Amino acid sequence: MASLVGSRVERKEDTRFLQGKGRYTADINIANQTYAVFVRSPHARAKIKSVDTSKALKSSGVVSVLTGKEIAEDKIGGLIAGWAIRSEDGSEMKVPGNPPLAKDVANFVGEPIAVVFAETLDEAKEGAEKVKVDYKVLKAVVDPADAMKSEAIHDGVDKNLCYDWLLGDRKAVDEAFSKADKIIKVDLINNRLVPNAMEPRACVVDYNTASEEITLYTTSQNPHLSRLVMSAFGNVAPENKLRVVAPDVGGGFGSKINVYNEEIVCSWASKKIERPIKWVAERTESFLTDTHGRDHITHAELAVTKDGKFLGFKNETIANLGAYARVFATVTPTYLFGPCATGVYVIPAAYSNVKAVYTNTAPVDAYRGAGRPEATYTIERLVEKAALELGMDKTEIRMKNFPTQFPFKQTLVHTVDSGDYVAGLEKAKQMADYAGFEARRKKSEANGKLRGIGVSSYFEACGIAPSAAVMSLGCGVGLWESAEVRFNPTGQISVFTGAHSHGQSHDTTFAQIAADELGVPMENIDVVHGDTDKGTFGMGTYGSRSLTVGGIAIVNACKKIIAKGKRVAAKMLEVNEDEIEFKDGEFVALKSNKKKTIGEVAFACYLPGQRDEMKSPIPEGDEPGLIESSFYDPPNFSFPAGSHICEVEIDPDTGNVKVEKYTAVDDFGRIVNPNIVEGQVHGGLAQGIGQALHENTQYDETGQLMTASYMDYTMPRADNFPDFNLGFTCTHATSNPLGVKGCGEAGAIASPPTVMNAVIDALGGQEISMPATAEKVWRACKAMKKSKAKAA
Amino acid sequence: MTKVTLEVNGKSVSKEVPDHTLLSVFLRDNLNLTGTHVGCDTSQCGACVVHVNGKSIKSCSTLAADVEGSKVTTIEGLAKDGKLHPMQAAFKKTHGLQCGYCTPGMVMSAVDLLQTKKNPSDQEIREWLEGNICRCTGYQNIVAAVKEAATKM
Amino acid sequence: MKTFNYHSPKDVKEATKLASSSSAFLAGGMTTIPSMKLGLATYKDVIDIKNIKKLSGIKVSGKTVMIGATTKHAEVAASKDVSKAIPALAKLAGNIGDAQVRNRGTIGGSISNNDPSACYPSACMALNAVIHTDKRKIEAEKFFTGMFETALKSGEIVEAVEFQIPEKADYQKHPNPASRYAIIGVFVAKHKKDVNVAVTGAKSCVYIDKDLSKKLSSNFSSSAIDGTEVKSSGMNSDMHASAEYRANLVSLYTKKAVEAC
Repeated sequence: MASLVGSRVERKEDTRFLQGKGRYTADINIANQTYAVFVRSPHARAKIKSVDTSKALKSSGVVSVLTGKEIAEDKIGGLIAGWAIRSEDGSEMKVPGNPPLAKDVANFVGEPIAVVFAETLDEAKEGAEKVKVDYKVLKAVVDPADAMKSEAIHDGVDKNLCYDWLLGDRKAVDEAFSKADKIIKVDLINNRLVPNAMEPRACVVDYNTASEEITLYTTSQNPHLSRLVMSAFGNVAPENKLRVVAPDVGGGFGSKINVYNEEIVCSWASKKIERPIKWVAERTESFLTDTHGRDHITHAELAVTKDGKFLGFKNETIANLGAYARVFATVTPTYLFGPCATGVYVIPAAYSNVKAVYTNTAPVDAYRGAGRPEATYTIERLVEKAALELGMDKTEIRMKNFPTQFPFKQTLVHTVDSGDYVAGLEKAKQMADYAGFEARRKKSEANGKLRGIGVSSYFEACGIAPSAAVMSLGCGVGLWESAEVRFNPTGQISVFTGAHSHGQSHDTTFAQIAADELGVPMENIDVVHGDTDKGTFGMGTYGSRSLTVGGIAIVNACKKIIAKGKRVAAKMLEVNEDEIEFKDGEFVALKSNKKKTIGEVAFACYLPGQRDEMKSPIPEGDEPGLIESSFYDPPNFSFPAGSHICEVEIDPDTGNVKVEKYTAVDDFGRIVNPNIVEGQVHGGLAQGIGQALHENTQYDETGQLMTASYMDYTMPRADNFPDFNLGFTCTHATSNPLGVKGCGEAGAIASPPTVMNAVIDALGGQEISMPATAEKVWRACKAMKKSKAKAA
Repeated sequence: MTKVTLEVNGKSVSKEVPDHTLLSVFLRDNLNLTGTHVGCDTSQCGACVVHVNGKSIKSCSTLAADVEGSKVTTIEGLAKDGKLHPMQAAFKKTHGLQCGYCTPGMVMSAVDLLQTKKNPSDQEIREWLEGNICRCTGYQNIVAAVKEAATKM
Repeated sequence: MKTFNYHSPKDVKEATKLASSSSAFLAGGMTTIPSMKLGLATYKDVIDIKNIKKLSGIKVSGKTVMIGATTKHAEVAASKDVSKAIPALAKLAGNIGDAQVRNRGTIGGSISNNDPSACYPSACMALNAVIHTDKRKIEAEKFFTGMFETALKSGEIVEAVEFQIPEKADYQKHPNPASRYAIIGVFVAKHKKDVNVAVTGAKSCVYIDKDLSKKLSSNFSSSAIDGTEVKSSGMNSDMHASAEYRANLVSLYTKKAVEAC
């Protein structure tokens, strides 16, 4: 039987999505539901003097109005930071309380203050307009660069500083720098982005007054974790009385990892008002309140010898957390950022120092890549600048500092199990016709255009693991994944996973894996996810972990099925277990060549008796049934890597930047479904190129979000991109039995520096910040013209 | 309240709705045709695209009353006799969708493109899709799907 | 969206009768409906004028192109008559918004709204258009009075726009990367006697750049405006483009338009 792993299988989920049969949260309606509309702070920072709900309560159709006062009285807990980070001086991080409805102070525009439930959406909106909140507006802290010098916005958080974290050895770095021929320096801003999953957040809550069970349908990347947080910290309901269902979810990109105010409030309120509740965000609400991404200010230095060897690396970063620290907010700019900032290079000494600050802006958390795009941008800008200043070829300097031995002990934390960075860059050069660039540059010049080429080599640490390691670094949960394989009596199989698909194609990929393991057609397999009442506890999907952690749990559960199947088959065929071989869905007695299919064995497992020819097939010590589960805790992260090359052409008159060519060569180990992997790379590239050229989240000095709709926030569209040219080098991971590495974030990690390096190359080395918008580039072109004229 | 009578996916429907009911709301809430999605408030994302009298429009910026008497086709009405429309089949073949949220609008928009222009170039496809935002695919496989469908339609 | 009463009159008289200080005429609705959804505008009565047959259609006579108020952008873009008479106008219409907006949006709606970054007002100005309303005829330069403001009186309906057919014309737009509206748009039209350079997006309201128009009137070539400084004072400055950048674009796109003529 041909292996399904590795083949371009069409997706199982597409049949429903393409016919409008997807079932997203906003598609769900429950009889007798009320509609929720939140009253949100119009101010970035204000004291809440009073909330008057009397008029709203009298408004037509309004069922109930609840505020921070009631939620505090019911002792409903707030939102949490999931990872405890210690400062360099050993002190614990400072995390302010984050109530689901603000009671005393509002800390960002859009923060919910009260909620109105009404019979119709229009009535709820009308009612919300009648809630009168009396604010005392305070001066907002908006710019992260000024946060430490500004008035503290949270009690007990001196200088607005959450932590001042250090990873690495300052002394060793100073020593390395003292031996350098040259110090390369960059000052970078990693622009704030809004994840913008196309499906706005939503929740529908149903409270069963008989069983006292709350069912929450929500747009979550990790329903089990939502339930855990809402039970353990939110005090919304005991875990066994709370069912969280994340049905079809329209994209996440990190923004749907968090448990949000609205989910907690609606779940709590549904029990209180004994009515189902529906809430669906408008796009502007999503802009204001979804967790944002990136937002770093970085100064970094690279110590080099004159022949281009790297000696040491320094990274001083201010990370903006926004108003509150959310689930992955504190680890994103530390352990997901700092260790990766030395990139794919042998650098003997390094440190990363990160100061995380609070500001009166929307909370910042994980967004596709989470920390690793920021890390890659830092090192890859430095390396490119080093090549320029040393007069070296940009690929040669990279090759010179790549490790050639694997496992590769990276400077700060990671031991990378496998890879071949040289092969990746060589392949990228070839595919991009790197050698032919100068000719293309001349051609562009002849047309009055500026052409630039940029390179970036990256690695990333994804599938965060193992639990013991992450817990020692402050993680509040274990980062394993679970799977359960139910082989039903009639041969159909349900595979339950704790991972969650919101575009990642688990229905297909996981079925391919299980089908190969069990030797059955993938049509017989249903992958079940997203419902805490179905399957075991799971950790969800983020950080490119589904396949490398969740996929392996499925493999392991399947192996247990086969192991039991062998015992049962041996009994059925009346041979010893070690005389049975399992191949292509059949248990074969080696000597006699007698066979039982896995379907027959499964059926026998459910009929542990004797009648006619059926002879009590369950071996002694085994139980009936054929259901196995696995909790897989990987021994290490997975380390995808690659090299990307981009060519841009700039029109100096308008500053327009056109991405002419983009080549990505990635190493994701063994590839389960090339179609799906390529799709993940395409999507990641679009988001990364979006960051480099188009997207920017802007607040004014009072903390109003200026880019709160698609009229002002540039979402990349089809005409912003060329066709991407993809290649792969596949060095199998040694840390898991499938040899796979995560692929979901790579595009977004590698592409911002690749594109910016190309833009800056076109501008003759003149540095500009992301996004390289037309006006910024036009100004740079003008400056270039001026300096050229001066030189002449 | 106003009475809206439409032919939706070949069936005549008639409902009494508030005057300000948007076509997207009418389809989703009154007819339970939830394949038409809403992704923004400013008519930009295109998740809500349906056909009215054969032309693609944004149903979130159109009043139901305004298209009284029209023929409306939604994503649910594209497949015929259990067989996917060539555009749907092409999206499946080329992996032109991931989370599926923008997909209904994207497919309806793409079908209108091929009605307007038989064999569009890559650039023409990309320009036509200006009104449809996808955050997952990077658009490449969507463009491939439209080209694939162009050979079949 | 706040509730309102929807009306669909069959003739102009009925429509104007329904109009009041708290009503709006609805054509394509591409601005009106999003504005109502976002709570930026509320009306008691929404008067849909699309079923008034005489307001739609394209007529080309010897010297002018007359476009009915509820004619959609897609219809103008696809019209062979318009493409023949004023190709630049068809091109402009074919680049407004996206395909779905063009299938709904109308010329009458666009000019009545007079968004400072809308495309059509520049064509009206450059092509010496006359706006026909149910009450009178208004010259374009008197019609567009300010940001989102026109000479239309309460209850007055645009019925058609009559464009003068030029010898040559072209429209060039630098779109806002997010909204795809014009950061600036330049409509250059060469008439028998003179040249009009109409600019949209740059200021609070569409205008004719007199200096550029004058120079091009005496010599219709892009070299005629080489070195002509377009002043940035009075131009819009926002997060998408500074006044200085806009000024640069106006001069650049005027040249492009002239060269494309």
